[in-house]
Amino acid sequence: MAAVQDAVDIRNVTKRYGSFTALDGVSLGIADNEFFTLLGPSGCGKTTLLRMIAGFEEITQGEIRLFGDPIAGRDPNHRPVNTVFQHYALFPHMTVRDNVAFGLKMKGMDAASRRARAERMLEMVHLSAFADRMPAQLSGGQQQRVALARALAPEPRVLLLDEPLSALDLKLRQAMRVELKQLQEETGITFIFVTHDQEEALTMSDRIAVMSAGQVQQIGTAREIYEAPVNRFVADFIGETNLIEVEVTRVDGDRAEVVLPGGHRLTCPSASRTGGRHALSIRPERMSVVAEAGADMLAVVERVVYLGTDLQLMVRLEGGAEFHVRLQNSARIAVPEPGARIGLRIEDGAARLLAD
Amino acid sequence: MSRGVRHYPGFGWMTVLCLVILYAPLIVVTVYSFNGSTSITTWGGFSLRWYVDVFTGPEAPRFKAAAWNSLTIALIAATVATAIATAAAVAMHRAGGFRGRSLTFALINLPLMVPEIVVAVATLIFFTMVGITTGYMTILIAHITFCIPFAYLPIAARLQGIDEGYEQAARDLYAGRGQAFFLVLLPLMLPGVISGYLLAFIISLDDFIITNFVKGAGMETLPTAIFGSVKQGIKPNIMAISTLMLAVSAVFVTLSYLVNRVGRKSP
Amino acid sequence: MAGPGTSGGGGGGGWRPLLVPLLMPTWLTIGIFLVLPVALMAVYSFLTKEFRGGVIWDFTLAAYDQFFVDRGLFGDEPPAIEWTYIAIFWRSIWQAGLATLFCLLVGFPTAWFIATRPASQRGVWLFLITIPYWVNLLIRTVSLKFLIRDNGPLNEGLMALGVLDAPVTLVNTNLAVQLGLFYSYLPFMVLPIYAAVERYNFALSEAAADLYASRWVTLREIVIPVVKPGIVAGCILVFVPSLGAFLAPDLLGGAKTFMIGSLIEEQFKGSLGNWPFGAAASMILMTLVLCALMVYARSASQAAGQGAAR
Ligand SMILES: Nc1ncnc2c1ncn2[C@@H]1O[C@H](COP(=O)(O)OP(=O)(O)OP(=O)(O)O)[C@@H](O)[C@H]1O
Ligand SMILES: [Mg+2]
Repeated sequence: MAAVQDAVDIRNVTKRYGSFTALDGVSLGIADNEFFTLLGPSGCGKTTLLRMIAGFEEITQGEIRLFGDPIAGRDPNHRPVNTVFQHYALFPHMTVRDNVAFGLKMKGMDAASRRARAERMLEMVHLSAFADRMPAQLSGGQQQRVALARALAPEPRVLLLDEPLSALDLKLRQAMRVELKQLQEETGITFIFVTHDQEEALTMSDRIAVMSAGQVQQIGTAREIYEAPVNRFVADFIGETNLIEVEVTRVDGDRAEVVLPGGHRLTCPSASRTGGRHALSIRPERMSVVAEAGADMLAVVERVVYLGTDLQLMVRLEGGAEFHVRLQNSARIAVPEPGARIGLRIEDGAARLLAD
Repeated sequence: MSRGVRHYPGFGWMTVLCLVILYAPLIVVTVYSFNGSTSITTWGGFSLRWYVDVFTGPEAPRFKAAAWNSLTIALIAATVATAIATAAAVAMHRAGGFRGRSLTFALINLPLMVPEIVVAVATLIFFTMVGITTGYMTILIAHITFCIPFAYLPIAARLQGIDEGYEQAARDLYAGRGQAFFLVLLPLMLPGVISGYLLAFIISLDDFIITNFVKGAGMETLPTAIFGSVKQGIKPNIMAISTLMLAVSAVFVTLSYLVNRVGRKSP
Repeated sequence: MAGPGTSGGGGGGGWRPLLVPLLMPTWLTIGIFLVLPVALMAVYSFLTKEFRGGVIWDFTLAAYDQFFVDRGLFGDEPPAIEWTYIAIFWRSIWQAGLATLFCLLVGFPTAWFIATRPASQRGVWLFLITIPYWVNLLIRTVSLKFLIRDNGPLNEGLMALGVLDAPVTLVNTNLAVQLGLFYSYLPFMVLPIYAAVERYNFALSEAAADLYASRWVTLREIVIPVVKPGIVAGCILVFVPSLGAFLAPDLLGGAKTFMIGSLIEEQFKGSLGNWPFGAAASMILMTLVLCALMVYARSASQAAGQGAAR
């Protein structure tokens, strides 16, 4: 890698519970000051990976380094890493202030500085007025922010967040996304954020690792992952997509020529280097409805679903495959009727050939 | 991080120590009850002679009478206490928040909160003052009273976990109040009732202090009879009786364990 | 439209109060055979003693006077504090307190250990802990006496192993009473703490470790405060019966280690008895126990406050 040292360097890490493999040879480098997100469906091993970084789970195979130091065998209380727990794990018998000051106390900071720093942290999360309350007397969103303040107070070099927003309602979740991102930029601490909500991942992260079944499928920026998914799983998991089986006629570096249903040929970016049959991913919002003459594909409209800002056309392609098209709702477009024959045009770069 | 936050070094050994302390005396007595020797100190080979002695020896009539008293008192006291406790549990958990509910709760638990010796003194004074001669009846009354909370606890715990929807569904399907109780609620709460009954039975069989105060002259239960014998020193036949009572207890725990397991499988 | 519960007739929830009379047997039994006797006992403690047991209906403070005040052998010396009975009570409180402490020291690790086993194993461990609770207390105490007596299996065994040269006398010592109380009530300590630890959210320990607390600091700062209601319940369940215990001091302690239970029992046996004095001692014991229970109620309501909105 580059000369800059990674904050967290995960090398070929495997975790087994008995005969069950929860993580299978995961390798990741997370840069300092990065907002890094682990994204994947439930059970894919996100929490397991996070707990191994924090030190709550032993590593079966492989190695994790924090700023170059191997951390295997180091107890959680000796790692410069703090965690915001999924259900916060606020100490129920301590006030908000004592919760926030706990890590400082354990690090041996004196009472006065502890108090001052706890006040500052609470100010940062807008909870100064609640310092003397017990955790049970706070709303979910407030508890979440206390957990955040508590984990940030000892100035960790890496902050781990395990679905910290999952217990909040939609509006609060959206507000907290912005706050979290700001906080990360202000403090310059490396954030490793776990979620199974792709919108959360896309809006906040510098980079995202998409995981499935204990393996990392793809690492990249939000844009890379959305626009250049490497495989079927990533394309399908991130956003909405149409996957159709196509025949590859020519491969030329990272581009390929494929045969669309109906016989037209299309040259598109490709993650695959081989010929044969492969899946082609086409994002539904990067299509337009055109006259049959200039179309890439022909289709029959089956249903039109009104979604407010968008209209969704559910159509059937020549050859029988189902296909979705999303059109922006505007007075300028003519909405086709069910049963109408339409032509579809694929925008440049909207289609991508997947590796598997 | 070697073993996770649940692990504390030495706690496993403490558990072993705890079990050794709890079981060592019982195991030793069981072993020595099969001692063939007349002396309790020396081992004289395996023998059942002290078990024979319990049933035919010179003290046999006394122990038989005491065992009979203990058994009948425990049966009656457990039955009555369980009936009272079942009624109370249904009222406490199905009558809503009536006035005096928390007072009643305190009342039910009172026998658990007052030290046994105080209950014994108070009960003796009461019977003397009202002029009831102490004997079988007074033991029985005292046992019924202090068995109520022991029967109540498992029954109430079970009832708490039973959704009112079951009875409501029964009522919705044209069952009367009594039918809803006997056909739906009672079968559902049965594991709790049985647990309560077994617990009350054992507690009655176990009691020494209160019985000792209210038994009157000439009346004995097994614990008071054993206590009387032990006062003159531990003899081998006491160890045989102890082992027999241990066996009875073991049967009861196993029963209660099984009932709870069956109970946990149903809702 | 009525809900499913109310459509079977009877109307509304109006039938619910009809269940209240089911409490009648409870009220009557406990009211007549426990509350009333305790009240009578209170009255008795203010009556005059008659020789050969029994009382004369003359109200007096004599019983309490005898308990607390020393007026000399002939009642002609200036009154001083009578230490005899206070000492017995003090010894009982001390013994019960020590027994509670030892039960806690062994019971907490045991409860924690069991609660952290895989769920499938916990039942068996708990079963093992509860069996002794079902065994007759008298028999357990006798068994213990048999085990620890001078030439009993414990001494013989230790001598055979070469650990001891001569038997150690345990019976009729404070230590034996201590052991007896510990042994009698240990399961009472384990069970409530187990219940509390089982509900304990281990993420709290992880959060503490994450915030730089070591294992033992976590135990002190987080675990013990959070499971405190269970610990207090266990302590009460051991302390209260230990305080009024009769069998352990009587069988294992002998005359030297006289405790409250034996003191009270003696007042109702034979012609040396003194019923008003026994009643007064019982009243004082009950007051002590009520104080202990109040401590418990306070800590329980505190815990309820903490968990309220969780
Ligand atoms: N202690 C354990 N013993 C056995 N299997 C476990 C254990 N902990 C986790 N697993 C398994 O490991 C896999 C990964 O679990 P993990 O908690 O990391 O998932 P996750 O990606 O965080 O899911 P979620 O989004 O639901 O939180 C799951 O299949 C889970 O069943
Ligand atoms: Mg998870």
